[in-house]
Amino acid sequence: MYPSKFDYVRAQSVEEAVERTSSHSNAKLLAGGHSLIPALKLRLAQPDLLVDLGRIAALKGISRHNGTVSVGALTTHATCAASDDLPKVWSEAAGLIGDPQVRNRGTVGGNIAHADPASDLPTVLIALGAQIHVQGTAGSRAIPADEFFVDLFTTSLEEGEIITRVEVPAESNQGSAYTKVFNPASRYAILGVAAQVAIAGGVCRQLRVAAGGSTPKAIRAHHVEAALQGQPLNDTTIQHAAAAIAEDLGEEVIGDMYASAAYRRSIAAQIAARALSAAAARAR
Amino acid sequence: MTQALVGTSVKRKEDPRFIQGRGKYVANLQLPEMAYIAVKRSPYAHARIEAIDTRAAEAMAGVLAIFTGQELIDSGVGKLPCGWVVPGCKVPTRWPVVPVGDKVRHVGDSVAVVVATSPYIAEDAVEAIEVSYTPFAAVTDAKRAMQPGQPVLHDDIPNNLSYTWALGDRPTIEQALSASAHVIKLDLTNQRLIPNAMEPRAAVAQWNAATEEMTLWTTSQNPHPIRLLLSAFTLGIPEHKLRVISPDVGGGFGSKIFHYPEEIITPWVARKINRPVKWVASRSESFVTDSHGRDHVTHAELGLDAEGHITALLVETWADHGAYLSTFAPLIPTAFYHCLLSGLYKIPLIYGITYATLTNTVPVDAYRGAGRPEAAYVVERLIDLAARKLDLDPIAFRRHNFIQPEEFPYQTPVAMLYDSGDYNRLFDKAQELSSYSELVAAREAARAQGRLVGIGVSGCIEASGPAPSKVAGALGSAVGFWESSIVRVHPSGKVSVLTGSHTHGQGHETAFAQIVADQLGVPMEDIEVIHGDTAAIPFGMGTYGSRSMAVGGSAIVKSAEKVRKKMLKIAAHQLEAAEEDLTYDFNGGGVYVKGSPSQKKSFFDLSLGAYTAHNLPDGLEPGLEEQAFYDPANFTFPNSAHICQVEIDRATGEVSVQKYYAVDDVGNVINPMLVDGQIVGGIAQGIGQALWEYGAYDESGQLLSGTFMDYAMPRADVMPAIHTARTVTPSPHNPLGVKGAGEMGTIAATVAVAHAVMDALAPLGIRHLDMPFTAEKVWSAIQEAA
Ligand SMILES: Cc1cc2nc3c(=O)[nH]c(=O)nc-3n(C[C@H](O)[C@H](O)[C@H](O)COP(=O)(O)OP(=O)(O)OC[C@H]3O[C@@H](n4cnc5c(N)ncnc54)[C@H](O)[C@@H]3O)c2cc1C
Repeated sequence: MYPSKFDYVRAQSVEEAVERTSSHSNAKLLAGGHSLIPALKLRLAQPDLLVDLGRIAALKGISRHNGTVSVGALTTHATCAASDDLPKVWSEAAGLIGDPQVRNRGTVGGNIAHADPASDLPTVLIALGAQIHVQGTAGSRAIPADEFFVDLFTTSLEEGEIITRVEVPAESNQGSAYTKVFNPASRYAILGVAAQVAIAGGVCRQLRVAAGGSTPKAIRAHHVEAALQGQPLNDTTIQHAAAAIAEDLGEEVIGDMYASAAYRRSIAAQIAARALSAAAARAR
Repeated sequence: MTQALVGTSVKRKEDPRFIQGRGKYVANLQLPEMAYIAVKRSPYAHARIEAIDTRAAEAMAGVLAIFTGQELIDSGVGKLPCGWVVPGCKVPTRWPVVPVGDKVRHVGDSVAVVVATSPYIAEDAVEAIEVSYTPFAAVTDAKRAMQPGQPVLHDDIPNNLSYTWALGDRPTIEQALSASAHVIKLDLTNQRLIPNAMEPRAAVAQWNAATEEMTLWTTSQNPHPIRLLLSAFTLGIPEHKLRVISPDVGGGFGSKIFHYPEEIITPWVARKINRPVKWVASRSESFVTDSHGRDHVTHAELGLDAEGHITALLVETWADHGAYLSTFAPLIPTAFYHCLLSGLYKIPLIYGITYATLTNTVPVDAYRGAGRPEAAYVVERLIDLAARKLDLDPIAFRRHNFIQPEEFPYQTPVAMLYDSGDYNRLFDKAQELSSYSELVAAREAARAQGRLVGIGVSGCIEASGPAPSKVAGALGSAVGFWESSIVRVHPSGKVSVLTGSHTHGQGHETAFAQIVADQLGVPMEDIEVIHGDTAAIPFGMGTYGSRSMAVGGSAIVKSAEKVRKKMLKIAAHQLEAAEEDLTYDFNGGGVYVKGSPSQKKSFFDLSLGAYTAHNLPDGLEPGLEEQAFYDPANFTFPNSAHICQVEIDRATGEVSVQKYYAVDDVGNVINPMLVDGQIVGGIAQGIGQALWEYGAYDESGQLLSGTFMDYAMPRADVMPAIHTARTVTPSPHNPLGVKGAGEMGTIAATVAVAHAVMDALAPLGIRHLDMPFTAEKVWSAIQEAA
């Protein structure tokens, strides 16, 4: 469990980090290290240079203005879990990540850049319609969450691009919730469902639902949304809509020693129903 | 006797150093000029090594040497021995490093050894070694391994059958079963577990070329037996030239009892290159090299008469020993298993047989409980099913079959002579602690709402503190089961206690000091417990089998008694009184004239006096140090009643343990806090086995759960609050009246949780599932039942 040889630099600014990584053929950014360092130790990753983002203050913290919440890429899950500014679905999911050590070290940027299919944040960000702000040699851009996640461990980040922050709309009258089935060993998600909903005139409005943990990348649950949008929210309508998640998950469902694909597919409707019910209960 | 520190929750003497990060573990040791070892391991479960190309690795800067198995063999290193050979046992041979031309037999088998100036370089060089293999088909299932046509691991062991061990008369038992009113039949598995001590194994060795002495620091539960094995069988350095030190050790659970290749390789290399050498296992190596636990496949039958009394028990087990016999492997599914099959019950007739097979997996040996949890699981599953069959409350049915208090000592039909117990009182306490009838009522109410709530009961017995040595020898042991101690009173009246048992989390430094404090009437601060160093302690058998207090603690009492006797002699001489007229002062130490406490020789005076020797009785040797070797007359038999409640999430199959009550009878208690720690930690391990842990292999012999991302350890946040209580029936045959406390939690909790899960599923008509009760397994059973 000793990594192969690498150099290390501590970047003082985003610009320096961009410059260091883009000018080097085999560099990797280091944030909380909770995915990268295990990969180094198992020699699954063998970069020549680590560019540590850890001291860049500009990348840390949560701020809210004009109906938008901005979360710095280096913000830890523990900070997100304790935040009242974030939509409930995010703080709730953050509180269910790993264990206290993982939440104290793991960061928002590292989590989504790694794009582990079992992660919780991609699901949440897709449900919230997040914008992922990145900076590279060619300048800055914002990538919608739906387009950011491409496949297993694959994102639409270009070489040398660094995630700087993630923006989501602040929650006002909506209610949101995250429901997770844990892998008992890793504590990652076997299945996670994120839901956000507003209720107006007694019916469901602005429903956004996403699922992750069971598919190569988190997915938006369009079928569930369509089945419930404009409907009154009760057990019957929720159960009915939740059943549509099977179609959203599609054919490519993952299986492992703790949870086969068939099992994940079968329990998904109940997990979705729980997320929807909890979100509805929180909506005002 | 007073000064009762014994029986109180004295805080642990060892905690300040651990909490402050000042523990001294093998991996912390840094010596000048130290070199580092990394081991090249087989990625195949079964293959012949055709060639090993080390050229690229040898050329790397910082690589000092690379050794293969042949070089070790050529220099006289011996095969790893088995320390417990049952009659007819075929012992598969095993070199510390597999030589070219021989076969690797499990993923993780060692193939070559790199020595380098840093652990990083050593790891780089391991990657650069090229090994060519001819792979063979593998077998990973205990029962299938015996069948014709399966891959054979060792040419001289046909059908992969190392031995068969049986106890009892099969025809008699079969006849009794067929004459029984009811027969409960069950096929079950007790899945393979991976111990995962928090500290990985490690070894550091230093060779002194001038004196030709070797010092080995190793993560062992028993440094003296390891030294003996190294001297007599493997490394070949004689005992008087070999010092083995086992310093602070971060957990063992059995996995650090055994003799492992790396503790042979490390000193061998240190002598070869004449530099200190260090090896520390990575977590990945721990998974594929530390001996695993359990792994039984069992068929069992329990007979009942028309009144619900047990008539007979038959147990057939296939025990997987892995690729080689680990040090004590054959003890576990034989004497430690079948001899416990009577449980808490009067079972007139018992027959048991074990087929011990070899597979392409990591060797299996003792893991917390070692045979006894497997036995308890079989007996208790049958008892639970029997109660269900007769439609009786599980506790009522147990009571109906208990061995009664007046029947002790109780001779079981499976060799064990139970020392003492009162199982009715035990269960009275458990029912009271758990408010059992309210639990049952709440379960009924939950069931009426369609919830899957279950209550699990376990009643377990354990044989702890293996004994006596004579019997162990007759059963196949290469070692004795006594323990040694020295109580050394220094001239200043401070006390060193030397013990041959070893603490790696249990808290001996505290508990043993409490005993001596009471025995000698001196303050705790004046006592230091020393262990784990063959140069300091005469000999010792180490710690396993919940033996330290019953055997090691008893040895300490014996030494302390001798010290008091000698003090009495000196005092009698100095006070010019007869010994009968004197009394030992247990509240402060020293000796005074009965009825006249002012006529006294203090502890300090007597200590100093023993060393100045100015005024000793004629013929009495100076000094104040006594030694005792205590060979126990029998095992001790702790017993327990655990009750727990689980609820199953119908939608996902997830099980949550909601309530847990544990009543244990471990005899007299030295330190309640330490016993609680042992029980509660054990319960966590037991819950882990019941719900999550599984050392799973695929057909090709790859370990599927070889990292913590796949091997599910129990976690703090999924543990219920655990309520503990005790009943006390002292063991009549050791001076402290104690019984073992180290393993019962694990034994009882696995059963209690299994029964709670089965109880929750019973309304659906589900009779038995095998552990671990993972969400998917439970969910699938629910779907099938619907
Ligand atoms: C035991 C354990 C359990 C866990 N359980 C969960 C869980 O239940 N749910 C969950 O969602 N996650 C879980 N995680 C993951 C964890 O939450 C972290 O989010 C994750 O490890 C990555 O974050 P990090 O800050 O540690 O990133 P690092 O490990 O430092 O980096 C990960 C990757 O992202 C890249 N990277 C880092 N920062 C940036 C950036 N700003 N821009 C571009 N690329 C970047 C790195 O180069 C690297 O490739 C778990 C991790 C562990 C070790």
